[in-house]
Amino acid sequence: MLADRWLRNKMVKRLSPWILAGPATFLVLIFLIFPVGSTLFATLTDAKGWLAPYMAFFNSSLRRTVLMRTIEISLITTVISVVLGFIAAYVVAHVPGRLKSIMIIAAVFPLLTGVVVRSFAWLILLGKNGILNSALLSLGLIAEPFSMLYTKGAVIAAMVYLFVPLMILTLAGVLEGIPKDVVEAASSLGAKPFAVFRQVILPLAMPGLIIGAVLVFTGSFTSYATPQLLGGERQMMMGTFLYQRAMVTFDWTGASTVAAIMVVVTIAIVVLMTRLARRMNPMAA
Amino acid sequence: MIMQTKLHPALIAIASLIFLILIAPLFIILGAAVSDTPFLTFPPQGFTLKWFSNIFQIEAFRTTAITSLQIAFLGTFLALLIGIPAAYALNRFKIRLPSWLSNVFVLPILVPEIVLGFSLMKNITIGLQLPVYTTLLLGHTLLALPYAVRVVGASLASFDFSIEEAAISLGCPPLKTFLTVVLPNISAGVVAAFILAFITSINDVSISLFLTGPGVSTLPIQILAHMEQFFDPTIASVSVLLMLLTVGVMAIVEATLGLTFLTK
Repeated sequence: MLADRWLRNKMVKRLSPWILAGPATFLVLIFLIFPVGSTLFATLTDAKGWLAPYMAFFNSSLRRTVLMRTIEISLITTVISVVLGFIAAYVVAHVPGRLKSIMIIAAVFPLLTGVVVRSFAWLILLGKNGILNSALLSLGLIAEPFSMLYTKGAVIAAMVYLFVPLMILTLAGVLEGIPKDVVEAASSLGAKPFAVFRQVILPLAMPGLIIGAVLVFTGSFTSYATPQLLGGERQMMMGTFLYQRAMVTFDWTGASTVAAIMVVVTIAIVVLMTRLARRMNPMAA
Repeated sequence: MIMQTKLHPALIAIASLIFLILIAPLFIILGAAVSDTPFLTFPPQGFTLKWFSNIFQIEAFRTTAITSLQIAFLGTFLALLIGIPAAYALNRFKIRLPSWLSNVFVLPILVPEIVLGFSLMKNITIGLQLPVYTTLLLGHTLLALPYAVRVVGASLASFDFSIEEAAISLGCPPLKTFLTVVLPNISAGVVAAFILAFITSINDVSISLFLTGPGVSTLPIQILAHMEQFFDPTIASVSVLLMLLTVGVMAIVEATLGLTFLTK
């Protein structure tokens, strides 16, 4: 075959690693590194002077509020997701087969369902005609239905809902990977259940826990659909603010600055935390 | 004697509650979709399927659903087409390729999607005057690429390349060797990469958000746009159809890889 004769050519053989990896590398280079790079570069070469777009960002109290709100919502979401995810994953890792399958299905189903659908569910739950209002009305706790939408709580609830399945599946794998004899050794040597948890299970799960937390934090920090649907204008976050700057006010410098802050925060957190996770891994001698 | 780690009943109760809350909202959508009211409500009042037929009467849902499927299939296919060879090269020729190369394929995960979407619009659709559909497709290919390179790469990492050497030294041509010896051994990785990439692409909002134009939009973006104007159960019924897609995907995962592969 012609293709085979070509593949046997010495020159082709020598270059084959690059011929094989080339197209994928080219795609990332031209359609990711170039466009994202120029967005970031544009914020550093603004006509108004070096770092002027960043001065404008941090001098505006509205923008500082958006940034602080995004950090706050992302942190709260991360903490709640870690706690709930850990409890659920711990149970998943220890229950017998049948129940475990049901629990995994219950976590995978929302995970594979899109962010729009999952955020929409909370729109129905928290809206004026929503189930929460009907429940509170019928219990006589409130007299008039009120909208719980467009509050920080609504955004956090939907975000936690978004990220708990991811946390559960990440941690279930980690917790199942903890060797049973290590736990047994600790308890047979007299450690109380809480001591086993604090001194054996938690340290061993810590690297996975940190990775999961990073996924949740960066996911919340850069989210768009959930804050758009449940937070609206009132709970503007970095993602919705970026969209508004770019597509509503056409302030591309402002949008690029938001994008640059997002990239820097995301990469800094990922790099620092993966390094921390690696150092905290007690299994790596 | 095997000691089974005992779970505190309270722990099981809390976990069951968490799983219930994970599933319940999706059933609420199902209820809202059949409510015979012009507004979204739960519990449903009456029963109707008119909101489902309403979807098919709105042309924008039809066209965007077709675009979404096209983009997801094509983007995933393209990503596998260029990603599998890259994964192969990274595993097979480790010494001959620079070590930073594998990090290049992490970038699409590391860079926030919304930043990528915005940058593609600003510098590719507008900057390079590329058609919106092409940029949208390439954006989704980028989204799928890390799955192709890393999931298939994980399969290749446990592949014994001496089998390939054996086939080649026995005279099997290189391309045939790859297709008949290597590929069957990494098929689970390819299937996993396809499913993960496809579902990520079809659900994507943040990249598609900026890459819509006249006649080009994806289903999630159309849903968001519809929600801004109407608060009727149509969106609930679209969501039900999307959840049926999820059920289908889960059935495929269970049949091919087993659902537990997602915890790994």
